[in-house]
Amino acid sequence: MIRAENIRKSFGDQEVLKGISFTFEAGKTNLIIGRSGAGKTVLLKILVGLFAPSSGRVWYDDRDFSSLSKQQVRELRMEVGMLFQGNALFDSMTIEENIRFPMDMFTKMSFLEKQSRVNEVLERVSMEGINKKFPSEISGGMQKRVGIARSIVLNPKYLFCDEPNSGLDPKTSITIDELISNITDDNNITTIINTHDMNSVMEIGENICLLHEGKLAWQGNKDQVLQSDNEELHNFIFASPFLQKLVDRVGAKNI
Amino acid sequence: MNPLSLLFHFGKFVDWQRQIYRRPENIRMYYKELVRQMYDIGLGSLPIIFLISIFLGAVTVTQFYYQMDGQFIPNSFIGYIVRDMMIIELSPTFSCIILAGKVGSNMAAEIGGMRQKEHIDAMDIMGVNTSAYLVMPKVLAAFMMIPLLVTVSAFIGIAGGYLASVPVGLFTHNDYVTGLRLFFEPHNIFIMFVKAATFAIILTSVSCYQGYFVKGGSIELGEASTRAVVYSIILILVADYIIALILT
Ligand SMILES: Nc1ncnc2c1ncn2[C@@H]1O[C@H](COP(=O)(O)OP(=O)(O)OP(=O)(O)O)[C@@H](O)[C@H]1O
Ligand SMILES: [Mg+2]
Repeated sequence: MIRAENIRKSFGDQEVLKGISFTFEAGKTNLIIGRSGAGKTVLLKILVGLFAPSSGRVWYDDRDFSSLSKQQVRELRMEVGMLFQGNALFDSMTIEENIRFPMDMFTKMSFLEKQSRVNEVLERVSMEGINKKFPSEISGGMQKRVGIARSIVLNPKYLFCDEPNSGLDPKTSITIDELISNITDDNNITTIINTHDMNSVMEIGENICLLHEGKLAWQGNKDQVLQSDNEELHNFIFASPFLQKLVDRVGAKNI
Repeated sequence: MNPLSLLFHFGKFVDWQRQIYRRPENIRMYYKELVRQMYDIGLGSLPIIFLISIFLGAVTVTQFYYQMDGQFIPNSFIGYIVRDMMIIELSPTFSCIILAGKVGSNMAAEIGGMRQKEHIDAMDIMGVNTSAYLVMPKVLAAFMMIPLLVTVSAFIGIAGGYLASVPVGLFTHNDYVTGLRLFFEPHNIFIMFVKAATFAIILTSVSCYQGYFVKGGSIELGEASTRAVVYSIILILVADYIIALILT
């Protein structure tokens, strides 16, 4: 469980987050959704500690992030995996070396054990056999999977994904969503996904936080989305003209 | 560069040093990185150190010969002058200025690129102490390799002086060798090592700082790399003067 407690964040005199409180639950795929510029990435970076909030607290279960020392933060982070929007794969290392890196750094596993773990996670993301390739030699979707593989290699308790399916075709994007959702279920981890993809919302949105102009505009799960009368939610979900027409004709609750 | 921001960066730099010298998460990973850096800095810089040192020695001999021509000073003094010039000043300072350009800019660009591509953020989130992992092996490698390079440079410089004088016929083999053996002062070797080690730490720390805290895009990366070289050279020269004051 990760809890944001009245998080505020300003850059200069622009207040991007205006007091967000939300509980991201364990064993669920928690989604942060909202329009471009709503502050999703900023919130995610505050949750993982890459930005410090202007005020407010972040709790990892019973640990208050802001009260941890640098050393304690590093220890906490061994339980954290993150998929970056740009993947952040180390480009001078092969795929195998990328995935092995956290194990090399933090475990005393033997080379063979690491090797078999690499193959195991690559298989988990359906990418077996690309061990010796470099990140620049595989496609964007494949890089995403490798990024996921690297972030789960040490069995994290908390998994963060910044726009895991941006720039992917709908089909690949669904597989990535399913993959993340399955990993979450299997290992009972707290997963937080940042997305503006409607399909993701309706497929894997077990606990959704809608940001609008720096505030929490709506929260609920995928089944409550269509039942809700929330205006911001409707504006976000039915943004496409085609869907809007459909809604006008049959009503949102009947879709 | 206004004084206030200079002060700010100095404070940040000093504070950052405390993050660097920590116990490594994993000795083997740091060791691997150390070996890679020693190889890069040491072997990678040999050709250029070789080249500049030959010419430094040659120029020193040629110009001193010209300057002293017609004065009542024995030719053997030139060997003595070249030896001490190389050991005390030219080898440590010149080599490190060249290395600031070669090694320093390289380190700033490497670390800065990692910062911009979010590689450092990714490592941070894995729980790696990135300041330590990315910087400590580099400083340590330079601390060990640069004094060696400077020693090589001194020998090559003296050889360069020989090549530029004896075969050309400025004076004889015996003059030069006698000069090299004149008034030898082991303390000078000590000065050379102190300088080399100090400059090594300066140029790597400053360059890594410039890379680690880079913001923005490719233009800023270029600027950071330039700043790495310029600040390293300025600080090397300041340190050169201070060491000279203290040790002579
Ligand atoms: N480092 C920064 N410095 C200054 N302003 C920033 C910074 N990062 C984000 N912002 C501002 O915060 C606001 C929210 O940005 P954010 O990146 O969180 O949006 P987002 O919801 O992730 O959008 P998108 O869906 O396009 O990724 C934007 O107006 C942006 O200008
Ligand atoms: Mg974003």
